[in-house]
Parts: sequence; structure tokens; C-alpha cells
Amino acid sequence: MRAADRLRRWILAGLLLVGGVVATGAGQVWAQDVLPVPPLNAHVIDQTGTLDASQTQALEQKLAAFEREKGSQIVVFMVATTLPEDISSFANRVGNAWKIGRKAVGDGVLLIVAKNDRKARIEVAKTLEGAIPDLAAKQIIDSAITPNFRNGNYALGLTAAIDQITARIAGEALPAPATQKPAGMYLGDFQWTDLAIFMFFAVPIAGGIARSVFGRKLGSLVVGGGVGALAMLVTASLVVAGLAGIVALIVTMMMGGLGGLGSGLPRRGGGSGYGGWGAGTGGFGGGSGGGFGSGGGGFSSGGGGDFGGGGASGDW
Amino acid sequence: MDKRTTWTNWTMWARGVVAVIALPLLLTGCGYNDFQRLDETTKSAWSEVLNQYQRRADLVPNIVATVKGEAAFEQDTLTKVVEARARATAIQVTPETLNNPEAFKKFQAAQGELGSALSRLMVVSERYPDLKANQGFRDLRVQLEGTENRITVARNRYIQTVQEYNVLTRSFPSNLTAMVFSYATKPNFAVENEKAISAPPTVDFTKKP
Repeated sequence: MRAADRLRRWILAGLLLVGGVVATGAGQVWAQDVLPVPPLNAHVIDQTGTLDASQTQALEQKLAAFEREKGSQIVVFMVATTLPEDISSFANRVGNAWKIGRKAVGDGVLLIVAKNDRKARIEVAKTLEGAIPDLAAKQIIDSAITPNFRNGNYALGLTAAIDQITARIAGEALPAPATQKPAGMYLGDFQWTDLAIFMFFAVPIAGGIARSVFGRKLGSLVVGGGVGALAMLVTASLVVAGLAGIVALIVTMMMGGLGGLGSGLPRRGGGSGYGGWGAGTGGFGGGSGGGFGSGGGGFSSGGGGDFGGGGASGDW
Repeated sequence: MDKRTTWTNWTMWARGVVAVIALPLLLTGCGYNDFQRLDETTKSAWSEVLNQYQRRADLVPNIVATVKGEAAFEQDTLTKVVEARARATAIQVTPETLNNPEAFKKFQAAQGELGSALSRLMVVSERYPDLKANQGFRDLRVQLEGTENRITVARNRYIQTVQEYNVLTRSFPSNLTAMVFSYATKPNFAVENEKAISAPPTVDFTKKP
């Protein structure tokens, strides 16, 4: 008993240590005092107050329509200045923070305007570097942005630039946009491995408890039903839910040989099983809150854009 | 007696369970898998850096050819670019370069030289209006800018992954693993002209550049 106790203490200490290392790793923050990246909540973010409401609305609708049609995400971001960074590194930082572009496709474009610096940049995610090579980006800036901005026609310049960008993306073979899921349970990117880990840990534990409380048959039914309902909630698929429920039911029924121990175990086993599931939730919690509110006109990044420095800058 | 055997049975069983749970925890705790993962990440980040350097080296002949069309162009600047490119591409980069600080430094110096020769060329080209108006040269300029940007991003990513790797090599539980398998820290990028940029610039308006 003492040995087991000591062992448990060691394991706890080990866990704490690992947790501490992870926490210090996550605690590192950006050291230089560069501009913070604002939250991404619309296709058009104007911090300079240059565009009036109707212009912003028109651009927003254009970009939202294109996203529905083709799937690619284009974001217009206007700031007063990018100092102390130059516009290309600022654009790259913002692009990689927002990760504009669909998950697993990564088709995003960021159009940044630094109004007081009189500089603009089209930052292109890696996926679209073929559709919008640097030269094309430069051409768009030279032909659409520079002349219009010089005359103070910001909205006109942005519209023209967006038209050229969308025309180029439209010619690219990209996966079709996903059909809109009904609002409700859509948990970003659900991992099958998470479910498997959950089943592996939680079902035997829950099974042990349920069997000792309800007895073998009723306990199995309870666990099977519970797992089925949970699977239904998470995957929104009746087939998956049914399968998961049946598997859980069989597993619980089969636990006959270990029955006596199963009820004695739950405390310790429960602790570690919870750890496994917690790691799983962390996995899809990190996948950005994408998908939610897509029906309501809200906008959030797809979280897939990877910006490798492609694009071009220009001034006016 | 009977009671005693069930008791020892139970402790044996519990120990088994603890061992089964603890083993993967210990394995992940010692960071062996993290070393493998980060080693591969640094390798691929490094490939991206090389890829972008190669892209720049490939651009140079076109730039040189275009600039040569300008009759009176400063020959000195041009030859410097050509020579720097030759030196940079002459260095053979093997996977061992990553774990060899000396070779890494050499490679970085050669690439840095090419970078500064090219930027000097671009500055000088400002003095030639014909060249500035040349569409071909302007396109090359955009491509060079894009490549330099990509190099910066690739280098930054490499720096980050190496930092992660080196932190793992040196921080507590995993440094034991590093010792056992003799994983050394990897060399990282540094600024090549640290002295030059930390000295305040001299500003002199009296004479023309």
C-alpha cells in the first residue's frame, strides 16, 4: 500500500512537472512592442475611418458573396501606420495570426492599407501564390490602388483591387465551398482519434461504475445509451451514434471477467482517463471557433491560411 | 491466508495498472518523441530556407543580364553580385550542415554577402532612369522583393523551430534524454554584422553621396 502510494505521488509529481513545462512554453509572449493584431470579425476592418458605412457594407457584401461562391477568404485591413515594422512583415504577421483561408485549403488573401504611410500590400497565402504571383499582386496595386488612392478614391481603389483579385482566384481550381451546415452542433474539426481515446478510457470506467450501480444488463444498456447520445451530440450522425452505442454496450457486457476489479478501480483509473479526454478537447478547442455563426452574416477565419511572404507591396 | 493472497493479488494488479498508465506518461515526459518531431520540423524548416535561397540565386542571372543591357552601369557593383552568387552556390549544403555550427556560419555568411550585394545593386540602379523604366527590370525587382520576403519568413520559422528544439535540449527532464542520445543544440541564424548595426550611423549632409 505504501509503495503504491509513493508511486502515485511520483506520478503526480511527474504530471505537474510536465504541466509546468507546457505552461512555460505557452507563456512566451511577443517581446518587441509592435502593433497588436486586432480580432478578426469582418471581411473589412477599417481602423482609419476612411470608408463610410455604405462603402464598408458594399465591400463586405462583395467579399462575403465571393466566399460563399468560391470559398476563398479575402480580408481588407486598413491601419494608420504599421510602424515600427515595415508593411511586409506586419502583413505577414497579421496574416499568420488570422490564418485567413479555409482549413486544409488555406486560400486566403490579405489586403493591407497603411494610410498614413501611404503604403499598401497584398499578402497572399501559399495556396494562392499560383493564382496571384508576386508580379500579379504588384500589377493589381499599380493599376487599381495607386492611381485611385492618389486621387483619394479609397473605396474605388479597393473595389477595383478586389475585383482583380477575385477574378484571378476564380480561375484557380480550388475545392468547392462546403455546403452550409445548419446552425448548431458543429465542433470545428472533430478528431476521430479523440473519440477513440475517449471510448478506450471512459467506456470501461463508466461501464465499471454503471455495472456496480445498476447491475450487468441495465448498466450495459445505460452506458451504451449514454455513449450513443454523446456520439450523436458530437458527430450529429445517427449511424456513428448507433455504432458507438452498440460498441460501448458490448464492451461493458464483455467486462465480465474484470467485473470485481472494475468496481474497485474507478478512482485511480478515472483520474488518468480524464487526462486523456482533456487532451483531446484541447485538440479541437485550438482549432479556432470557425464555422459558428456563418449563417448569421458573421465572419471568422477558416484558420487554414499559411502566409510565407508571397505578395507585393506598393505605395501611392 | 486466503484473504492475504487476494490482497497481494490486488496490489499486483494495481501496480500493473499503474505501470501501464505510467509507461506512456514517462515516455512522453522524457521528451523522446518531441525530439524526433522537432528534429524533423527543423529539417523541413531548413529545407524551406534553402528553397528560398535557391530561388534568389536563380533570379540573379536574369537580373545581371538585364542590368548589363544598361551600357554605363557600375561594373564593380555588378561583378560583386556575380561573385557573391558564385560563392554562395559553391557551398554544398548537407543535412550535417545543420548540426555543424562552423559550416552553418560559413553558409550564412555567403548568403548574407549575396543579399547585401543584391541590395547594393538595387540601390545603385535607382541612378539609372532607363533601367528604372525598363519593365523587365521592374518585374525582376518585384520578384526579388518577394523572394527576400520569403527568405525572411522562412528564416524566422527556422529560428522558431530551432529555438523550440534547443529549449527542449536544455530544459530539465528532457535534457537527460538529450544527454543519453547525445542530441546537441542546433546553430541558429544570427545577424552577421552585429557590430555595424549597433554603432550609431553617421549623418553628414555636407557633401553629395
